[in-house]
Amino acid sequence: MAEPSPHSAPPTLEVRNLQTHFFTRAGVVRAVDDVSFTIGRGKVLGLVGESGSGKTVTGFSIMGLVDPPGRIVGGSILFQGRDLAKLSEEEMRHLRGNRIAMIFQDPMMTLNPVLRIDTQMIETVQAHEKVSEEEARGRARDALGMVGIPSPDERLKSYPHQFSGGMRQRVAIAIALLHRPDLIVADEPTTALDVTIQGQILAEVQKLCATTGTAMLWITHDLSVVAGLADDIAVMYAGRVVEFGDVGEVLDAPLHPYTHGLIGSVPSRNKRGEPLRQIPGMTPSLLKLPEGCSFRARCPRAQEDCLVMPALHDWLPGRLARCHHPHLDEVATA
Amino acid sequence: MSAVVGQGTPVVKDPGAKDKVETPFRRFASEFMESRLALGGLVVISIIILLAILAPFISPQDPYDLAVLDIMDGRMEPGSLSGDGSITYWLGTDDQGRDMLSGILYGLRISLTVGAGSAFIACMVGASLGLAAAYAGGRTDSIIMRIVDLQLSFPSILVALMILAFLGKSITNVVIAIVVVEWAYYARTVRGTALVERRREYIEAAECLALPRYRILFRHLLPNCLPPLIVIGTMQVARAIALEATLSFLGLGVPITEPSLGLLIANGYEYMLSGKYWISFYPGIALLVTIVAINLVGDQLRDVLNPRLQK
Amino acid sequence: MSVYLLRRLIQALGVVLAMSVIVFIGVFAIGDPVEILISPDADQMERERAIAALGLDLPLWQQYAIFLGKAVQGDLGRSFVFNEPALQLILQRMPATLELAFAATFGAILIGLPLGLYAGLKPNSVGSKAIMAGSILGFSLPTFWVGLMLIMVFAVQLGWLPSTGRGETVEILGTRWSFLTADGLSHLLMPALNLALFKISLVIRLTRAGVRETMLMDYVKFARAKGLSPFRVTFVHVFKNILIPVVTVTGLEFGSTIAFSVVTESIFAWPGMGKLIIDSINVLDRPVIVAYLMIVVMMFITINLVVDLMYSVLDPRVRLESK
Repeated sequence: MAEPSPHSAPPTLEVRNLQTHFFTRAGVVRAVDDVSFTIGRGKVLGLVGESGSGKTVTGFSIMGLVDPPGRIVGGSILFQGRDLAKLSEEEMRHLRGNRIAMIFQDPMMTLNPVLRIDTQMIETVQAHEKVSEEEARGRARDALGMVGIPSPDERLKSYPHQFSGGMRQRVAIAIALLHRPDLIVADEPTTALDVTIQGQILAEVQKLCATTGTAMLWITHDLSVVAGLADDIAVMYAGRVVEFGDVGEVLDAPLHPYTHGLIGSVPSRNKRGEPLRQIPGMTPSLLKLPEGCSFRARCPRAQEDCLVMPALHDWLPGRLARCHHPHLDEVATA
Repeated sequence: MSAVVGQGTPVVKDPGAKDKVETPFRRFASEFMESRLALGGLVVISIIILLAILAPFISPQDPYDLAVLDIMDGRMEPGSLSGDGSITYWLGTDDQGRDMLSGILYGLRISLTVGAGSAFIACMVGASLGLAAAYAGGRTDSIIMRIVDLQLSFPSILVALMILAFLGKSITNVVIAIVVVEWAYYARTVRGTALVERRREYIEAAECLALPRYRILFRHLLPNCLPPLIVIGTMQVARAIALEATLSFLGLGVPITEPSLGLLIANGYEYMLSGKYWISFYPGIALLVTIVAINLVGDQLRDVLNPRLQK
Repeated sequence: MSVYLLRRLIQALGVVLAMSVIVFIGVFAIGDPVEILISPDADQMERERAIAALGLDLPLWQQYAIFLGKAVQGDLGRSFVFNEPALQLILQRMPATLELAFAATFGAILIGLPLGLYAGLKPNSVGSKAIMAGSILGFSLPTFWVGLMLIMVFAVQLGWLPSTGRGETVEILGTRWSFLTADGLSHLLMPALNLALFKISLVIRLTRAGVRETMLMDYVKFARAKGLSPFRVTFVHVFKNILIPVVTVTGLEFGSTIAFSVVTESIFAWPGMGKLIIDSINVLDRPVIVAYLMIVVMMFITINLVVDLMYSVLDPRVRLESK
């Protein structure tokens, strides 16, 4: 197992060999099976992968929100040096929404339809700090203002269905920001939004991270979002991180054939006219993963030795890949 | 039958049956057996049916033969010996000196016959109308389903009371009442399934072959609607038995000379207040066990036969 | 909205009319009313006079028109047994039935909601399995037998509760109520519990299903991600969402509670209209039967209408679906 490269300052989050399995009646689903990455203070890590690759479960594992039949079965989640996987539910609850916040994918579903916005914000403040309702309301109002919601006083008295999708996501972000967390786990927060709204929200988030020093885990399947927003990137395939590194370096010259294929399949202006490349085959079932490298069956570079699962190895400084035959040649030419 | 039941059951690996040929029925059976409760229910039902059939041979007494009833033996406690010492009343006697055990065994016969019989008739009526509604569509469909909806919006007891108020009280009218109450459930279920099934290709194929309509309906469409019908049917037998017992208890059902379980319970009601619990209690237990056993089997049947629940 | 309201009202009126035809034909046309209405000792002359007086010589549709005309004026005939207007007889007994039905509905929510909540939150615990098994029993046990068992245990063996009647009552607005006195309340407890049994099971199942469904919602996970206490997640975020459907269904079930009170009233000698109808069927007191059926049908249709309307106010989608 490869050790993530040491940083000078302790990272906000360091996930090591995380394993989260779901014990279903049909068998054990290894949704997350060996995931490692680090996020430094004020940095944004883009966690990229296809749907079903285990990105969301990774996010929930960090939040301590994996529900039965799922359970963290191995590895560690070091948050400012504390292993979250070892904390009790009550200790974890005090961190959630306070030091670690989460933003969900679908803003239409994340706010409770029968509760007013002020109720949902004030309860978050009061869950972690003993403050008066008036003070909590003031904090809520400030947070709404921070994410660019006009006339927050009136908006506080509304119900979620009176907001548009983009506005709701802003409210959700405002809720996440209430306690100025050290880490935000954002699970595809802009996927369900219009492109223009997405742009606005990305810009706001980037600004906030820079000013507050909040680290961010940005889960997405959209490489262009990662390219514009993240500092580092971790690519997941079938429950494992297959590549990790600086976002510019990885996107310019991916080491892992999967990342390679993923970038190749993104339509872009400078590749206009060329046929889009695609990755053949389908994502394997997490119930019955093949022996060895799980990308083997779809990989153009697969050989005999791929029957043995490769480790996440640092082939270059700060560049990790889980592959026996990485695209090292292209790094040289890049 | 087995092939039909197997429709829609999934391929589930059963490690115990590897060497056997896996027929749909076997698969269905092994899945059914997964629930011990349901299996227990099935065993209990079988025993109850057997008891009811054999009642004339195993009962200590013929409870309907007023000549053998000795009024002097009335309301005796469980376990007491009859006046002439010929039989022990293991479950006591009722006010007419009727051996409760015999009464229950014979009562089971009536309850089961009325329950299963009326559920069967309701099934025939309901399934035919549901099938017709689904197959004919249009006006026929909307008229039939209007009636079904209207009727289902009223509680069963009210509909039954209405029928008995119209027709007067008698065992036949109880059967009619139960049929009227229950047919709508079958009709709705069969129509729902048939609407899905009739769009399938095998029906089109049968229509292309210009088979007679009744043949398409009853030989092709109906068998494929059977799984939900079996589930509903099982549950409705239990409901029919309960409804018959309730109506008999209210004095609107079977005649007093040939009591079903419900009437036996009603007979014991007035004596319960003076502590003579057994006249009501034991028939009640028999009724309860019957209904619960049927429901347990029905529950499991629903789980096994419902393709939506399978993963 | 008003168009929808109007259409629903017309529909309801149509159902009432259809039911009146069914009840009329059922009660007056099937069987021979002459047999019941006229004393068997009457001679031919008396019979014919009585037939003419009752309008039984007229064609059926005319008889129905007369029946309907009188019914609209609130005249549903006189009881043969009590020699009182049938409608009045029913209305006198209605408060007792309503009291019982309300107590049962209230009790069902009070007992069913917490149990269902528990079963939904901890679906795999032994307690939940026991609750669910209990709810299956509640569905399958015949009400009347449970009533008898309640009497046997609490009235006969333990002697804690009275077995029959309404007990001491207090008169408010011209009707008597049991629930305002300790004695009346003790009389109300067992019948209400008995009548509530089915509904308790129903509420348990509804609540459990609602909880399990709501727990999977993103907003519940989000509430947990905010670090809220499990108590607040459960009782504010989950509970508020399941309350609406549970209360709606319980309201909708109110009509059937009234219908099923027939059984409970017979067991506990509760002097409501359910007991009256059973007695009336037994002696073929047709005007009372007709009055009862018409009133219960009207109540049913009103309840359905009210619940429907409330729902369409709460949920705009319902209005769209009904075209």
